[in-house]
Amino acid sequence: MERGGREYALWSIAITVVLIFALIPVLWLISVSLKPPEAITDGRFIPSEVSFDNYKSLFEGGIDGSPFIKPLINSILIALTTTVISIVLASFAAYAIARLEFPGKRVILAGALAIAMFPPISTIGPLFDMWRALGIYDTYPGLIIPYLTFSLPLSIYALTAFFREIPWELEQAAQVDGATPFQAFRKVIVPLAAPGMFTAAILVFIFAWNDFLFAISLTSSDASRTVPAALAFFTGESSFTEPTGSIAAAAVVVTVPIIVFVLFFQRRIVSGLTAGAVKG
Amino acid sequence: MSEIALEGVTKVFADGQEAVKDMSLEIGDGEFMILVGPSGCGKSTALRMIAGLEDITSGEVKIDGEVVNDRAPKDRDIAMVFQNYALYPHMTVRENMGFALKLAGVDKEEIDRKVEEAAKTLDLTQHLDRRPANLSGGQRQRVAMGRAIVREPKAFLMDEPLSNLDAKLRVQMRTEVAKLQSRLGTTTVYVTHDQTEAMTLGDRVAVMRAGALQQVGTPAELYGAPINLFVAGFIGSPAMNFMPAELSGGRVKLPIGEAEVPEGAGDGREGQVVAGLRPESFEDVEMVGDLRDERGVVFEAEIDLIESLGSDLYAYFHVESGAVESDQLADLVEERLEETGVPEVREGQEQIVARLDPASKIKRGQSAELWADTSKLHLFDAESGERLSRSE
Amino acid sequence: MSDGATAPTSARTRSEHRLAWLLCAPAVLAMLAVTAYPIGYAIVLSVQQIDLRFPDEGGFVGLDNYTSVLSSQLWWTDVFNTVFLTVVTVSIELVLGMAIALVMRRAIFGRGVVRTAVLIPYGIITVVAAFAWQFAFAPDSGFVNNLPLISDEMDWFGGRFSSFAVIIMAEVWKTTPFMALLLLAGLVTIDGQLYEAAKVDGASAWQRFVRITLPLMKPAILVALLFRTLDAFRVFDTIYIMTAGAQDTESVSILGFNQLISRLNLGLGSAVSVLIFLCVLAIAFLYVRVLGTRVEEGRPGN
Repeated sequence: MERGGREYALWSIAITVVLIFALIPVLWLISVSLKPPEAITDGRFIPSEVSFDNYKSLFEGGIDGSPFIKPLINSILIALTTTVISIVLASFAAYAIARLEFPGKRVILAGALAIAMFPPISTIGPLFDMWRALGIYDTYPGLIIPYLTFSLPLSIYALTAFFREIPWELEQAAQVDGATPFQAFRKVIVPLAAPGMFTAAILVFIFAWNDFLFAISLTSSDASRTVPAALAFFTGESSFTEPTGSIAAAAVVVTVPIIVFVLFFQRRIVSGLTAGAVKG
Repeated sequence: MSEIALEGVTKVFADGQEAVKDMSLEIGDGEFMILVGPSGCGKSTALRMIAGLEDITSGEVKIDGEVVNDRAPKDRDIAMVFQNYALYPHMTVRENMGFALKLAGVDKEEIDRKVEEAAKTLDLTQHLDRRPANLSGGQRQRVAMGRAIVREPKAFLMDEPLSNLDAKLRVQMRTEVAKLQSRLGTTTVYVTHDQTEAMTLGDRVAVMRAGALQQVGTPAELYGAPINLFVAGFIGSPAMNFMPAELSGGRVKLPIGEAEVPEGAGDGREGQVVAGLRPESFEDVEMVGDLRDERGVVFEAEIDLIESLGSDLYAYFHVESGAVESDQLADLVEERLEETGVPEVREGQEQIVARLDPASKIKRGQSAELWADTSKLHLFDAESGERLSRSE
Repeated sequence: MSDGATAPTSARTRSEHRLAWLLCAPAVLAMLAVTAYPIGYAIVLSVQQIDLRFPDEGGFVGLDNYTSVLSSQLWWTDVFNTVFLTVVTVSIELVLGMAIALVMRRAIFGRGVVRTAVLIPYGIITVVAAFAWQFAFAPDSGFVNNLPLISDEMDWFGGRFSSFAVIIMAEVWKTTPFMALLLLAGLVTIDGQLYEAAKVDGASAWQRFVRITLPLMKPAILVALLFRTLDAFRVFDTIYIMTAGAQDTESVSILGFNQLISRLNLGLGSAVSVLIFLCVLAIAFLYVRVLGTRVEEGRPGN
């Protein structure tokens, strides 16, 4: 039931407030990143003059010299690899759970849930030791493996929910039409599940991109250190200045794409996060 | 006194859609008024405006002579039965039925008393402590009604309460609802899309279409004197047959023959009109006896299909439209009927349904002799679809 | 959900089972490799004295590490900190999240904008957000001290509870939107007609909220609370960036990290890890058994 004008006005105000609230830290970071080094400590929300020095310093020195470029590359590659593998593995498992009846189905789901609740901190010690023994400390696999572990529950749940939405009859119709089970999967299920898989992929990517704990525990150099960890080790212009400006600039570089990303895919993201909440 | 009156009520939604157009209706105290019409005709919207669940764009709704446009639903002293029952799933039947009274601050004992009384009336006593999820469709429907009864409101508003029940249960519940209303004597406004329900339940029936009220009257009035093509085609099942006709010199030419214009029908004009004749006005000539000489026409027809229901026989046939030449008129009739959304527009207006005596020997694929009682003809203007009548 | 335990297990069913396990195997392995095994290993490590700075010393020491931890003032301070932060942030998030969810449900227009606004905190790297908040509250570079009503000299990170305040604000900012989404998912399952019936029955907006919305949302609320509580208990990123645990704001996760990675004392650190694990188990147990949270109806979040 609408009450016309008044409700629209209140709603518009509410949206604006929520939007501002969500964006304040981002706007603040942008503002700090645009301040020239001397003005960093002026405490103003809007910079009095704009300078791109901080951004320049990020990329100075090329891949090896800049404190930022290599970690950025690491982040991108690791997150992408994690996403691809996680989605593939989760798809197989989700297909089995959504479609087939088998003993242990419940256990797997319960187990996945348990892992989602697991404190990663409890695995840091053993992993540190294990990875050093296996020689994958400070390498890509060293991070990808734990990321897989902790992103799989989310992927499996989201994908299972999406797979459940696809009518069983389609596969059966395809089989009656002469397709083998695998062909039916490839030509019928995958295209229909593609949006769901894409959505789950977005969630996994955000998760891997975001991680800090494993990144600082299982890496020790730029070989595989990702951006969140690198940020914590930033140094400033000289050993006397705080790296605030560069950190802010790095933060912006790494955040603005996410915002654009979220803007384009907000509908998918929400449906992925809430998939399974509304039981079909 | 609990009269309800709608005066020039209009509802325009935010997207510009006019759901209810200038509707005026008076419902008397204790009357059982039905709002009926096809999907989207505005009947539910009208009901919800009476309830206060929809804002009124213009016009007035009065309950007991007082304008209630700006009053919240709870201040209108009405009770509503929803199509999907809207039972609170986390409360027992007892709690569901007592909810409104509890909100109103009524004594616990009083609530218990009223709930138990209503439960007895509706045969729900043994279910009082169960949850809706554990009840059957029919039981849930009764709980929804119980919730309304317990409040002893000025009026009951029911929005297609029987639509979700299976056919048999629906027929059974229909009589229960009728008996209940007659016992309690509460003013009731009932919305349905099923014309059978409308005809059997209502003291008066209001037919709506595309937001506009078409006709209000007793079931007999709607059946016998429909005000336009739409009402004529909507009320009565199977629907009235429509055919192109030509009036000249007090006689009417139909595809099935020629006859006298019936008394009271037609307004003295000549020319092309639409004629309507209900399936009930046909008969197998063998069964008619002497009546055939008194009135009506006898004609031959090719029987396309026979439906035998045991108590009735329906014969589908077509006649060559020899008597009336105009293709244009035939097209016009078809157009009119499509526009009105008559549910059973039949291909080319020469296809006709007749209800015959079940003892008739007519078979499919035959050519048969049929009789039509033309004294029961309805005549309508071909352009406007309005009934043509001599009086008033 | 049957477990495929139909009476005669035909060959077809068996091959279906095999296919299913085969499909699940890689995922299951990946999940167990980093959880089951390490936890077992952590227990093993925790009963030894292993300090990587002194690799030649060490050996089995029974429960010594545990006694050290449990008798340490620092451990109990950290437990208090963690519990305090958890309770405060989750409470605030629940109330705010519920309010936002209610508002989102009534979205008249601009759904996309609202969703984006709600997801930005979700998508931002926690560390980045922590930095943003830290800079904002820093005495020299931040703008907060320049706001009216706030003292110019306020040293937010100089005191324990003022540091907590900033940490809480940052955490709440980051996760309330997610909480709102989880609650919204539960909210939309409530049939709109129930509210209409309640309106007709005479319920005011508040009464509708308390008597219809809340009871019907109980399962969704419990699931959201469970996941958020567990998440909150594991708080690390924000504190590490803002105070690194200074001013007595350390959480148990930071303690574990310090022991393991900074001090390289695997024995003690592992004991801390195992204790944290037990706490998490206790919380989950509390929710599922005592409060009756039905987890199958939820889904894992962050």
